[in-house]
Amino acid sequence: MSDTLRHVSRALPHDSARKHVAGTAAYVDDLPEPHGTLHLAIGLSPAARGRLIDLGIDAVRAAPGVVAVLTADDIPGRNDIAPSLNDEPLLATDRVLYFGQPIFLVVATTRDAARLAARLARPVVEKETPSVTIEDALARGETVLPDYAFGRGNVAPALADAPLRAQGQFRIGGQEHFYLEGQVALAIPGEDGEMLVHSSTQHPTEVQHVVARILGVPQALVTCETRRMGGAFGGKESQATQWAALAALAAHATRRACKLRLDRDDDMQITGKRHDMRADWDIGFDSDGLIHAIDLQLNARCGCSADLSQGVVDRAMFHADNAYFLPVVDIRSKRLKTDSVSNTAFRGFGGPQGMLAMERMIDAVAWSLGKDPLDVRKANLYRPGHDETPYGMRVTDADTIHAIIATLEETAHYRERRAEIAAFNAQSPVLKKGLALTPVKFGISFTLKALNQAGALVNVYADGSVRLNHGGTEMGQGLYQKIAQLVADEFGIGIERVRITATTTAKVPNTSPTAASAGTDLNGMAAIVACREIKARLAAYAATLWECDADDIVFAEDALSAGNRRMSFKDAAASAIRERISLSSTGFYATPDLTWERDKGRGRPFYYFAYGAACSEVIVDMLTGENRVTRVDILHDVGRSLNPAIDMGQIEGGFVQGMGWLTTEELVYDSDGRLRTHAPSTYKIPVASDVPEHFQVMLHPGANREATVHRSKAVGEPPLMLAISVFAALCDALHSLAPGKLVPLDAPATPEAILRAARQIAPGDLF
Amino acid sequence: MPRRELRFLRRGRVISLSGFAPTTTVLDWLRLDERSTGTKEGCAEGDCGACTIVVARLRDGQLVHEPINACIALLASLDGAELITVEDLADGDTLHPVQEAMVKHHGAQCGFCTPGIVMSLFALHHAHEGEIDRARVETALAGNLCRCTGYKPIIAAALEGCARPADDVFARSASTRMAALAELDDGRSLFVGDEDRFFAAPATVDGLAELVLRYPDAQLVAGATDVGLWMTKGLRRFDRMISVQRVTELTHLETDDEEIRIGAAVSLAAAASVLGDLDDDLATMLARFGSQQIRAAGTVGGNIGNGSPIGDLAPCLIALGAILELRRGDRIRTLPLEDFFLAYRKQDREPGEFITRIIVPRPGPQDLIRVTKISKRRDEDISAMLMALRLTVDEGRIATARLAFGGMAGIPCRAPAAEDVLKGHVLADAALWRRAAAALAEDLQPLSDLRASADYRMQVAQNAVIKALAEMAGIPSHITRIVPRREVHHV
Ligand SMILES: Cc1cc2nc3c(=O)[nH]c(=O)nc-3n(C[C@H](O)[C@H](O)[C@H](O)COP(=O)(O)OP(=O)(O)OC[C@H]3O[C@@H](n4cnc5c(N)ncnc54)[C@H](O)[C@@H]3O)c2cc1C
Ligand code: FES
Ligand code: FES
Repeated sequence: MSDTLRHVSRALPHDSARKHVAGTAAYVDDLPEPHGTLHLAIGLSPAARGRLIDLGIDAVRAAPGVVAVLTADDIPGRNDIAPSLNDEPLLATDRVLYFGQPIFLVVATTRDAARLAARLARPVVEKETPSVTIEDALARGETVLPDYAFGRGNVAPALADAPLRAQGQFRIGGQEHFYLEGQVALAIPGEDGEMLVHSSTQHPTEVQHVVARILGVPQALVTCETRRMGGAFGGKESQATQWAALAALAAHATRRACKLRLDRDDDMQITGKRHDMRADWDIGFDSDGLIHAIDLQLNARCGCSADLSQGVVDRAMFHADNAYFLPVVDIRSKRLKTDSVSNTAFRGFGGPQGMLAMERMIDAVAWSLGKDPLDVRKANLYRPGHDETPYGMRVTDADTIHAIIATLEETAHYRERRAEIAAFNAQSPVLKKGLALTPVKFGISFTLKALNQAGALVNVYADGSVRLNHGGTEMGQGLYQKIAQLVADEFGIGIERVRITATTTAKVPNTSPTAASAGTDLNGMAAIVACREIKARLAAYAATLWECDADDIVFAEDALSAGNRRMSFKDAAASAIRERISLSSTGFYATPDLTWERDKGRGRPFYYFAYGAACSEVIVDMLTGENRVTRVDILHDVGRSLNPAIDMGQIEGGFVQGMGWLTTEELVYDSDGRLRTHAPSTYKIPVASDVPEHFQVMLHPGANREATVHRSKAVGEPPLMLAISVFAALCDALHSLAPGKLVPLDAPATPEAILRAARQIAPGDLF
Repeated sequence: MPRRELRFLRRGRVISLSGFAPTTTVLDWLRLDERSTGTKEGCAEGDCGACTIVVARLRDGQLVHEPINACIALLASLDGAELITVEDLADGDTLHPVQEAMVKHHGAQCGFCTPGIVMSLFALHHAHEGEIDRARVETALAGNLCRCTGYKPIIAAALEGCARPADDVFARSASTRMAALAELDDGRSLFVGDEDRFFAAPATVDGLAELVLRYPDAQLVAGATDVGLWMTKGLRRFDRMISVQRVTELTHLETDDEEIRIGAAVSLAAAASVLGDLDDDLATMLARFGSQQIRAAGTVGGNIGNGSPIGDLAPCLIALGAILELRRGDRIRTLPLEDFFLAYRKQDREPGEFITRIIVPRPGPQDLIRVTKISKRRDEDISAMLMALRLTVDEGRIATARLAFGGMAGIPCRAPAAEDVLKGHVLADAALWRRAAAALAEDLQPLSDLRASADYRMQVAQNAVIKALAEMAGIPSHITRIVPRREVHHV
């Protein structure tokens, strides 16, 4: 009906841009506190594994300002915050599961009083040796979920018959989210056991459910509201619930508003991270670099509970092909239990790890053949006749990735630079350059089918202003803005009339997390459905008035019109209300065509794929391991962009975050299972000077072939994996030290890891 | 008589406070007392920059705007200054030029880092440096983490928003603000609280000496970039705090042909301008020391007084042959800086004694200097290893060698065995470089920790020595390092 787009596809600023820069955008900790608000601090387990003998909290109770000290015994409902299995308590009971696990909760009059009191505890734990590493867990044989595998063909003979073969073990580090706003919740008790929780969460519904479970009240009594998050990246998908539930527990116990904001060091210690993995790989190939068979075992360090590890590790497996056809393949996985905080969602949700393992194998093939890795990449891409993934889904639009790579190879001058770099390296003893161009193919949809649904509630008021509610949450990704643009164009009105509101479970219930990059695909569609329902009612009304066909009514330029008849949107709204027409509607959307059957390991788990490629150049000091990324060119596919500025921001930000994961971000645990890099002083995410001046991002033109909102594609996660090009470029630089050798570089490529790898393959003096 | 209340300028008014705890931070005062929530807490340890505020002061008659980490800055450190926060920048509905540029370039996604970034850019906007290039912007932003944007739009906003000389309400009201600040500057000592719980900031070195002697258990503090973390992370609550920052004599920075005398309370930023002139490597190291926020608050005396084995200044100053001056009561003594560090976290400093200044002999024309700082991330990171080397070379032969390290032992220390290998030998002998590097195994026993393994530390220390000697012998630095050394411009 509306064919004029005033907002969609335009590079409009984020809805809160002016508030962000003025300091007036309110996050949970900024909300005015109800009178008498109490503050919380958590008592942390002093051991990673063992029996909890005594909490040792007498001194805590006696400390100044303390109103209450709550333990597992004070939980009126079920002591269980797990998103899937019932395997994670809110507060520890008889056993502790990881270092820093919450074991009690201090409620005090001020934040400082609560924190000071919490440190007075002297808990007693009968310690046991913890499983810290993947090897520890393998040795103990402990897992959080059963092993899982899928594949095609008979791998052992295919590997044996392949003309050439390479094998290895590759460690892939985890990653701390480092959302700038730490975990926080404010719980306000209401009458009859009602509880309102302001939570910094990607999943208000989950917070609502868990709070209801902990308090033992019906879900209808609990409301979770989220206006915005100061970043989330998956870290607030399942793991914002614990803090919200603790705040609610305290509010329930004291009948006063209660706030819990984690200190950064605590936040980093006691919230889950990206899963670190060990990939055990074996590849058979031929002298053309074509892959014959792959055997890949992904050993994932899941931590103490299942959390989201089923989906995360499945997605690692789904992306272990990246963009390549693997004729015979066996992809296996272990979800290892370690005595550490449960690892969780993080942008890419396992995909990056699977993809990185694949790219290591491609590099190994190229190195052993003396070929340019890009040629090996291109030779193995999905293509007609070779288009079935290891899980049985067809890749029908592989031409997109072929086109992206071909274009980028040209625009980034890959071949010329390859030659220049070879010449530079030949005469440079200490400094070596490296170059890599790597593709990304990322599947869009939750692989748990039930999550692929969304709801919206759109209200049009008598003055023609519109209030927009949907189940998606805003964490900086610009979802609210994109959906407001969609709604404005549906109604043909100016976006200033669309009021964006906080996400709340009271208005749109039973929602999925804002995750899997699917926020706009799902909630945008739901909002459009709601708009179209209201438009249909308005059109029907105007059609009767003007005695025309409702299909002829056009919504554009702040008005309804048909031929030379015209009525402002505002007047239409006012008169429709007088005619007793409802201008409020819900909208609902469920992604079509998904057929994934996990037990068979076959089906269509994804609605479509998003593609991209990046070409990165690095320079490495082989005497120190220090390095710089000197140039990045990206070509990425977002379908028809709903907002190019927001999409570019996602691509740039995702890339840099991925670069951090693969270079400077190192999680160091000690043998007690305690994270030692639990602060920005020791855990180093990229800063401005880590980003190269030449950092060019282009959007690949083209529409999504599936019927998504305005044929756009999801953009939240895929760009993170473009940073694999940086890791591959570092490997390429190292490879120049000893051509033909397998570069023994694990991720993250810290200066130390790089120097170690360099010395391993080229032990002599450099000059 | 000391003044009994803290006074600072805020939104055109003088705020006077007396009933605060000595350990109150600026951030807590803003968010919890004033209830200005625009300034964010991202880490409470000076590393993320979300809490960046700008403190305007009169320095040598000039109005300067310094970005500071409010999370670890003591409220009382605002005495005599003007506190500017993100809420103050817009002029009614009109955004400040740096805010406007941030909106235009889509420099905020989640927006949580944004107030801090805006304040860092506001400080840069007021730095009056004329031409602004990307490198300058990167330095200005090294103390601001953003997890969402990848920085590209922020850098673009900075280049646009800070391109012209400051033209905003603050620039236009500069004379009024300067007059108000001058009014606050009464040159008096500050003593807020009572015998049991106080914050004191004496105005003279005699006053300081007396107070420190009277209260030897009081926590001495300068920029609080170390002490602040003991409060926010260690939850230490000091009842008595004595600040050195208002002591006039300790803020002096004097140079002549012979030496450079740096008062203990001189900020790292101010010291950088002088030390950086001695040698390009020193300038580079100081530009990588913490962040702009940290260098504006942190002091030379604090870096040395803290006695950390990974402090960056000590090895550099030891290599330069610096002398430390200490005072206790009326007694003043000096000692070579390396002798100050006795053992891990133990220094040659008596109760009641404090550092007054550091005296650095000016390097001569035959002196060659090299400094290497190794860290996981190039900017705003603590050293895994720092090497500083000064050679005096006479007709190709090494006359004297001072080689010092940080991060390689429990204290900043010299490497005597390696120095011995070098002394008296021809510099341009590659075999000598390797012998000196090998001798480090005798001198140093590094540890493994979260920043680096002992093995890596030793390896990069040795390689740093080889590189430094090679460069001194004439191998051009574009062969030996990613970012080549600029030409040496000291006299
Ligand atoms: C984010 C961040 C980054 C940092 N980066 C670096 C870095 O790159 N390199 C590095 O070396 N350090 C770094 N530091 C540490 C710190 O900034 C320095 O040690 C700084 O120089 C301390 O100075 P200050 O004035 O803030 O000291 P304060 O914190 O005020 O004091 C530190 C100690 O010195 C004592 N002290 C202060 N003045 C005197 C005096 N006159 N006489 C005797 N004792 C005194 C104090 O009592 C205290 O024990 C960093 C810190 C942070 C928070
Ligand atoms: S809050 Fe992170 S630097 Fe202050
Ligand atoms: S915009 Fe989110 S951290 Fe910078």
